[in-house]
Amino acid sequence: MTSNQPIIRIQSVTKIFNRTVTAVDDVSLDIAAGEFFALLGPSGCGKTTLLRMIAGFENPTTGRIVVDGQDMQGVDPNHRPVNMVFQSYAVFPHMTVAKNVAYGLKVTGVANSEIQKMVPEALQLVKLGGFEHRMPHQLSGGQQQRVSLARALVKKPKVLLLDEPLSALDAKLREAMQIELVNLQKSVGITFIIVTHSQSEALSVADRIAVMKDGQVKQVADPLALYEKPNSQFCADFIGKINQLEAEVAGVEGKNLVVDIRGVGKVVIPHEGHAEGRVSLAIRPEKVELNAHEPGDERVKFLSKVANVVYYGSTSQVFLENAAGDQLMAEIRNRESNTATSILIGSEVWVSWKAADTLVLTE
Amino acid sequence: MENWRDNKLVAAILIVPASAWILIFFTLPLVIVWVFSFGERGPQGQTFLAFTLDNYARALELIHLGILWKSIWTAAITTLICFILGFPLALGVAFAPARYKNLLLLLVILPFWTNLLIRTYAWIAVLRTRGFLNFGLEWVHGKLDALFSLVKLPDVMGTFQPLALLYNHSAVIIGLVYVALPFLVLPIYATLEKLDRSLMEASLDLGAGQWRTMAFVTIPLAFPGILSGLMLVFILSLGTYLTPVLLGGTDSMMIGNLIAQEFGPARDWPFGSALSFLLLYITFIILWIRAVVARRSKGVSY
Ligand SMILES: Nc1ncnc2c1ncn2[C@@H]1O[C@H](COP(=O)(O)OP(=O)(O)O)[C@@H](O)[C@H]1O
Ligand SMILES: [Mg+2]
Repeated sequence: MTSNQPIIRIQSVTKIFNRTVTAVDDVSLDIAAGEFFALLGPSGCGKTTLLRMIAGFENPTTGRIVVDGQDMQGVDPNHRPVNMVFQSYAVFPHMTVAKNVAYGLKVTGVANSEIQKMVPEALQLVKLGGFEHRMPHQLSGGQQQRVSLARALVKKPKVLLLDEPLSALDAKLREAMQIELVNLQKSVGITFIIVTHSQSEALSVADRIAVMKDGQVKQVADPLALYEKPNSQFCADFIGKINQLEAEVAGVEGKNLVVDIRGVGKVVIPHEGHAEGRVSLAIRPEKVELNAHEPGDERVKFLSKVANVVYYGSTSQVFLENAAGDQLMAEIRNRESNTATSILIGSEVWVSWKAADTLVLTE
Repeated sequence: MENWRDNKLVAAILIVPASAWILIFFTLPLVIVWVFSFGERGPQGQTFLAFTLDNYARALELIHLGILWKSIWTAAITTLICFILGFPLALGVAFAPARYKNLLLLLVILPFWTNLLIRTYAWIAVLRTRGFLNFGLEWVHGKLDALFSLVKLPDVMGTFQPLALLYNHSAVIIGLVYVALPFLVLPIYATLEKLDRSLMEASLDLGAGQWRTMAFVTIPLAFPGILSGLMLVFILSLGTYLTPVLLGGTDSMMIGNLIAQEFGPARDWPFGSALSFLLLYITFIILWIRAVVARRSKGVSY
């Protein structure tokens, strides 16, 4: 076994429930040891099912799952080198916090003296020192979550699976826990696979993200690449906000693409790869600039009418409509106290962005 | 929207009839029996109101205590057998695939659709000397006999002697187990059904096998249901009347039969009342134990 071998190999895994519902559709993924990996996708896209197949609660209809070089076919959940943090926490309600954490050690025959040492350590790790003798019903949701984490981590699994671990927490706590999870993962060095439907969560915690839709993996990339270079309209739309404009490919000039944007005209855009016919041009709102006067070259630019301005404190969203009636949104930083108010609704402004920032999406 | 509880008239219309019913047909007779239990029996079997503890003293005489004791252990054995049969059944139903669940549940409650008397008579047809069970055994005996003859071992089986299955205490216990089984299965099923499946999955995930998961997670969490089922069966069996009458022999008298005898042929209502209340006190003690246990595990949310 070499160290650069992936800790988890998912090979053409398909899961069909009741012969009719295809929950996971031919998914292949390699996850490296020590990685913080996220499965991201809308509700019902098969994230939980994929995670449960890794944990052993569901069997793939076809395909193979290999953990740490070992084929998991026919291996029961209790014999897999992975542990799971359940969405509902699944903290045993009839056991104290300490007993919950000790459970996985006790049932696998770890010596009592060892358990006495490991349990407080694990609780310390999740900042629950001193809670040993509490019952779960005396804990908040966030604390139960930590018990669930400690209980799994104390087993020192090869891979920790987390199913929407933060979705039940309120916004503030969730953000704090995201940072804690990242720190925790770095300190224990265990591979984490987190399932989430929240793109901001995936972007902020994960080293790499797989975007799923209808049981299929659409794109696997690190957060930056996923945000800056989404490979499809679905990924572009699902991760962050994005403007999309219809366009027609008019020609290719070396490494550039000439496209005809409706209501704007022909522009030249750097683009690698093949494109023809109708395409969708996408631009992130924060890359859109607004100017009173026509900006210089190298930019996609056109005049638009300001339809609305929504103030968010540090930023404002400016909703625009161009001559062809297409809608666009620009997110601008409120550098001056009057930045937002200086943009008058109904007025005409120059909308522009760097041609290189334009994404050409063919699917 | 107005809460119906806030409307005094509506609340009264809903609550008064039920309360009146319980008061007139349940509480009042109970009070009468309670008052009778301190009364005296007249020479012709009349009941005179009095205040004497003689009836209770008689109830605690050795011969009556013997019957009470027999009732208690009969109920205990019935409860035990019901648990051994019923717990796996409840597990099976609760964890069955969704599409079979309702069918299985229906099979469990199916006996309730027929009259208890008829169901008990059916057991007579099964258990009597020339009953279905003995016929079945005789058939098996005959086949085995033929088999042994084939291998040149005739007569090892002897001639078939029908088993005396009816009119003894075993028959009573068989009948009681049959009657009480759904009362054990249903409460246990109800708690198992409500159990969060991920708790059991978590146990498996943490390295426990199916048996340990059962012992450390499923059973402890289903305990309130198990306790309810056990108590229901015990209380039901303790006060039984019909089963010993139809299936039992001369030695099968239980406390319920004794009470019936005192209210019936013996015409000693005060003594019968005292016996009834003795039974009731035992039931209260059991319920009190259940409450104590429930309080101990309070706060545990299932
Ligand atoms: N045990 C099951 N039986 C039948 N269908 C299921 C089962 N579990 C999940 N599904 C279906 O599979 C699809 C994916 O579900 P799931 O993996 O839970 O999605 P996600 O976690 O991404 O929200 C859904 O359509 C869901 O209804
Ligand atoms: Mg899910």
